[in-house]
Amino acid sequence: MEFVEVIKRILGVGWIALGLYIGYDRIIDSYAKITSGGLSDQIFGWILLLVLNPIIVFSLVVFGYFAVIGEYAKD
Amino acid sequence: MATQKLQTQGLPRVVFASSVGTLIEWYDFYLFGSLASIISLQFFPKGNPTAALLSTLAAFAAGFVVRPFGAVFFGRLGDLVGRKYTFLVTLSLMGGATFLIGLVPSYETIGFLAPAIVVSLRLLQGLALGGEYGGATTYVGEHSPVGKRGFYTSWIQTTATVGLLVSLLVIQGVKGSMSEQDFADWGWRIPFLLSIFLLMISIYIRVRMEESPLFKKLKDEGKISTNPLKESFGNKKNLKYVLLALLGATMGQGVIWYTGQFYALRFIRSQGMEFTQTNNVVLIALVFATPFFIVFGALSDKIGRKWIMALGMFLGIMTYFPIYKKMHGVIDTSNKVKIEASSSESTGSMVEDNTRYDVTTANNQYTDGTKAKIVTKINLETGEETVKRTINLGDNAFWWLVVLIFIQVIYVTMVYGPIAAFLIELFPTKIRYTSMSLPYHIGNGVFGGLVPLISTALVVFATQRGDDDAYLAGLWYPIGVAAVCLVISVFYINHRSYQMAED
Repeated sequence: MEFVEVIKRILGVGWIALGLYIGYDRIIDSYAKITSGGLSDQIFGWILLLVLNPIIVFSLVVFGYFAVIGEYAKD
Repeated sequence: MATQKLQTQGLPRVVFASSVGTLIEWYDFYLFGSLASIISLQFFPKGNPTAALLSTLAAFAAGFVVRPFGAVFFGRLGDLVGRKYTFLVTLSLMGGATFLIGLVPSYETIGFLAPAIVVSLRLLQGLALGGEYGGATTYVGEHSPVGKRGFYTSWIQTTATVGLLVSLLVIQGVKGSMSEQDFADWGWRIPFLLSIFLLMISIYIRVRMEESPLFKKLKDEGKISTNPLKESFGNKKNLKYVLLALLGATMGQGVIWYTGQFYALRFIRSQGMEFTQTNNVVLIALVFATPFFIVFGALSDKIGRKWIMALGMFLGIMTYFPIYKKMHGVIDTSNKVKIEASSSESTGSMVEDNTRYDVTTANNQYTDGTKAKIVTKINLETGEETVKRTINLGDNAFWWLVVLIFIQVIYVTMVYGPIAAFLIELFPTKIRYTSMSLPYHIGNGVFGGLVPLISTALVVFATQRGDDDAYLAGLWYPIGVAAVCLVISVFYINHRSYQMAED
């Protein structure tokens, strides 16, 4: 297997880890904002929690998984 | 060969008709953002301007957040019934919603119904925009010959920037023709109302266009997708490209795009620069940089899309901090030498909302030609001090800012010029509209559209923590997103010219 292909697969684990870490961090951050009492903070918190967070987590984790199983190997 | 020649000959008309409609959609969309501070006072409860502004920003974000839903809805429609019909619908929806925003009575007149209607119309705008871009680029791309797709679709890519440019020009024109108070009271509605004329012109042009030849061929052969959503996102073979498009291209493009244009505009306004001069700086930079969309689009036909987009992201990551530091330095009056003889200061007191304030107004002039009006208000009950600066830069500083924003817009043209061709070539015709619209609008709309909101919040947190250079903290978001995108782009996008399955 080519060196770059190996790197792609190893990085895949990194993308999964990054997705999960960002997801966890955003939940903590969003929760703090939602419970802060300020209306603008609450709106911001909900946007982070319900919009940005699922997109980041889903896309990075699934992308990472595809990378690990070699879906992005050169056709 | 004969068919290709015929298509190429009619291409300028196709590109023009598609670009004009998309330009008008962007114009409509950006009016709201450009007039956010004025709209907030009209439609959201008065008394707390910050809350009102944030409410508007939230509505602004809602406009972006809803875009992916528009992408899915209209993308599916475009793959089922055709590109032409779909982008006629999106255009009408956008123009109608924009026109109606200009007619909504203020909060003072109809209470909470006013912000509710405005937010609803804003959501409709977002839905329409979500469907428009994919339709226009797919339409042009499916008319374009191999080896010229980057060039022809790059005309569509200019429309987002030109739409912003036109919106700023119209606002400047209307604002310049009346007093500040009249503009704040009712004049801001004019740019929204003008939209109805633009809509009519655009519909007239688009209604005469033919359906995309590739889609028509598929339809004639009975090969169109019966379930574009399932085929686009429920199929691993296609989903992997949707994710690659999002994480390796559109996500980074979105944050570079918004930082270079919108965040830069907000940043210099937040430094106290006068409204009209701020708009002029951005206008000039946009005018000079816009042709580069075409340059990089055409160049991508020769050397491939990947490395041009990657270089744009790389340059943004490496240079945003020094650029914004310089922008701050250029505006900051504490770095300038005051001409005492030409400067004056007066003190007095005033009552506002039953609260007494001590007010000091300084009119300063500096050796570089900059003028600044600094109003310091001290609340006599709480002791709270607020400072409002209105800075008019001298020529040298003004042109420095133009150059600094021009550089950022060049990065925008590098990431954005080739991206339509890149996305079109990634997906097959029968699900192209759906497949390319979603990653584009998540990348541009969600990751990019949230730049002002997230970056402003980062600056506020950094300021509260007492960080040095807190004004730069907002850059961490676009830099972080662009860095992830750059790595994915470099490693996972194959350095070959993607071609359509039909090529």
